[in-house]
Amino acid sequence: MAQFRVCPDSGFFFDKSAEGLMKANAVAGAVSLLIAGLLGLGVILTRWQEVHLLPADVFYQVLTGHGINALIFWIIFFEIAILYFASSTLLRTRLAAPRWAWAGFALMIIGMVMNNIAVLQGNSSVMMTSYAPMQAEPHFYLGLILFAVGALIGCFVFLGTLVIARDDRTYEGSIPLVTFGALTACIIAVFTIACGAIILVPTFLWSIGYINHIDAAMYRVIWWGLGHSSQQINVAAHVSVWYLIVGVLFNARPMSEKVSRSAFLLYILFLQLASAHHILVDPGISSEWKVFNTSYAMYLAVLASMVHGLTVPGSMEVAQRAKGYTKGMFEWLRKAPWGNPVFSGFFFSLIIFGFIGGITGVVMGTEQINIIIHNTIYVPAHFHATVAVGTTLTFMALTYLLIPVLFRRALFLPWVAKWQPYVFSAGMTLMILFMLGAGTLGVSRRHWDMDFTGAALAFEYPGTAYTMMAVAGIGGVLGVLGGAMYLLVTVGSLLFGKKLDESAGLLQGFGFPLAPSSYNITQPERLQMAPKLTVEEHGSGSFEAPGTFALALALLVCFVVYYYINWDYLASVWPLS
Amino acid sequence: MSSFLPPSERNWWSTPVGKQEVLWIGIALVWCLIMFFMMPYWHIYGKQNLSNEAYQTTAPRFQARVDEMVAKYKIGEEAGIPVVKPPAGSDVYMLGRLWQWYPILELEKDQSYRLHLSSMDWNHGFSLQPVNINLQIIPGYEMVITVTPDQAGEFTVVCNEFCGIGHHLMLGKIFVKEN
Repeated sequence: MAQFRVCPDSGFFFDKSAEGLMKANAVAGAVSLLIAGLLGLGVILTRWQEVHLLPADVFYQVLTGHGINALIFWIIFFEIAILYFASSTLLRTRLAAPRWAWAGFALMIIGMVMNNIAVLQGNSSVMMTSYAPMQAEPHFYLGLILFAVGALIGCFVFLGTLVIARDDRTYEGSIPLVTFGALTACIIAVFTIACGAIILVPTFLWSIGYINHIDAAMYRVIWWGLGHSSQQINVAAHVSVWYLIVGVLFNARPMSEKVSRSAFLLYILFLQLASAHHILVDPGISSEWKVFNTSYAMYLAVLASMVHGLTVPGSMEVAQRAKGYTKGMFEWLRKAPWGNPVFSGFFFSLIIFGFIGGITGVVMGTEQINIIIHNTIYVPAHFHATVAVGTTLTFMALTYLLIPVLFRRALFLPWVAKWQPYVFSAGMTLMILFMLGAGTLGVSRRHWDMDFTGAALAFEYPGTAYTMMAVAGIGGVLGVLGGAMYLLVTVGSLLFGKKLDESAGLLQGFGFPLAPSSYNITQPERLQMAPKLTVEEHGSGSFEAPGTFALALALLVCFVVYYYINWDYLASVWPLS
Repeated sequence: MSSFLPPSERNWWSTPVGKQEVLWIGIALVWCLIMFFMMPYWHIYGKQNLSNEAYQTTAPRFQARVDEMVAKYKIGEEAGIPVVKPPAGSDVYMLGRLWQWYPILELEKDQSYRLHLSSMDWNHGFSLQPVNINLQIIPGYEMVITVTPDQAGEFTVVCNEFCGIGHHLMLGKIFVKEN
């Protein structure tokens, strides 16, 4: 018999078995982030040429571990927790096959530990991408494979939970938008893991000698089906979390269910074409293929992101205006709870993801413009804007929500939590902008020494490139400090945070009776559809969210200007044909 | 709050969409199409496009082609690496290997060359500085691009794909001379 408790502060119901899994996955994610952050500090302090902390072999080893822990382990552990939350908690249902879910979790832990050991041993400094024919130790690949199998089990547990909720009729009507977004993430994850299996299983067999050749070009094409699509899981997941956060903080409803869901559908249909972004300057791949794939079939997935970019803050604006914050264009935003890290973390991640991550991603993913950007430090700058700020900061904001709700603890050192999104965003933005600049000057990514000490021939980057890398170094250190603040708050809260048994009055409770939080419910009452609006707002003649529309237009202007600046820059390089 | 509750209408698909969203979707779609058609446009009118010419090859076969060119057109040596001056408009070769770009090329300004690139071992990154042209060089594949240097001077090929512990030692040179 399933056992549920209701969180007296949020009104969310937690199935006991799902709750344990969410906690375990979130904690494992935080541990991965700790490793990733420490290694990231080593990376940025080495790329800051005046500091140049680590020797070459350690640098490449640390960079390999940083990439894998940050881009794979931290994010996917946390996403599995989100999948369980979006299914079992949001739909008020028991989790499907909790034993399988725990087995999946165990595999993910084993895989993570195995892969980290391989990197630590030093013979697997092949970067996250592990391009064949450069070879790592067999347990490097095996660790990744086990981790992926575990994550796949998590995806199927999520899908099974949706089926149970439907069969048990635990909700009325359609699944909520947030769950729909999580389903999108899950579908992309299954595709991603399939690509991973197709390429990593043969690569593993090659590393133990059963296969004698892996084609280097084929490896890149299929590996990026894993490498890039896994980042698209993040996009779908963190956009879903954005909708959740505006719902929780502002009682916001989507401006249009149809538009937001269609945008998620576009993600499912087109996002995975983006593996092409990495092979735009590879030999043996035709321009037609590159143009179609790199643009997600005419940028339909970019369209989807631009739609979410309007509807997420737009739904917040509509809710704020309904509360009376109607003065001018931006009172709704000025009067937002800027001191609440759940809000500030969400909002900074939205802005930085859109304005920096989104725009640079489309620009560098343009077939010809990629010639002036491929493998420069511009590339990691871009994905730090999308993943390290977009996804990671969103998950940090969600953590501040989940500590009281899921873990039933008060935040430890709340003032640190309050400033954390500011420190983290400021540091990362500084690092990202200056890495973008250095990349434009041709500074290479994954490179130990921009002085080329000991090389037979000599080359010097311009002095500005050094300055930019130094400023990026300062930003990176600040970003690591922001990450440390997050871990201090989360770990501190779990160990020392005040236990919350009764309601702490943190959230509105969404109209549910506030009761002590104990497992005394066998099945919550069925989840009702959202209340209908008293006034018909949709389809009315006036703009519901003019401030958001102005922000969206500002984004578009930046986008267009920056896009053509890059074409202009491309036009200045040697003619190629 | 309906973002995490089931939609308020069962037939949410047929509820009308606000003007603002429709307008934004329209604007965004137009921009997406402009960006899409910029790429074919540049293929026709732009000067910086990669050819689709590539061949499967092997390290010994490509090495032989490089050696042939070096034997024919070598004009000097720098840091132990031959400097080669092939005739304008000809096929020129450069290989990447741990940890060297080989040989050094001397080209004439405003002349076109068919540049063949391949790797002898792992992935390498051909990053021509300070021009900032970046290409992925993959073992087993020979990439051919027609390049027309329009500046004179000394240019450096940095390896920008990680290729092991000596990655940062891997530099090459292309000299472009006024004719």
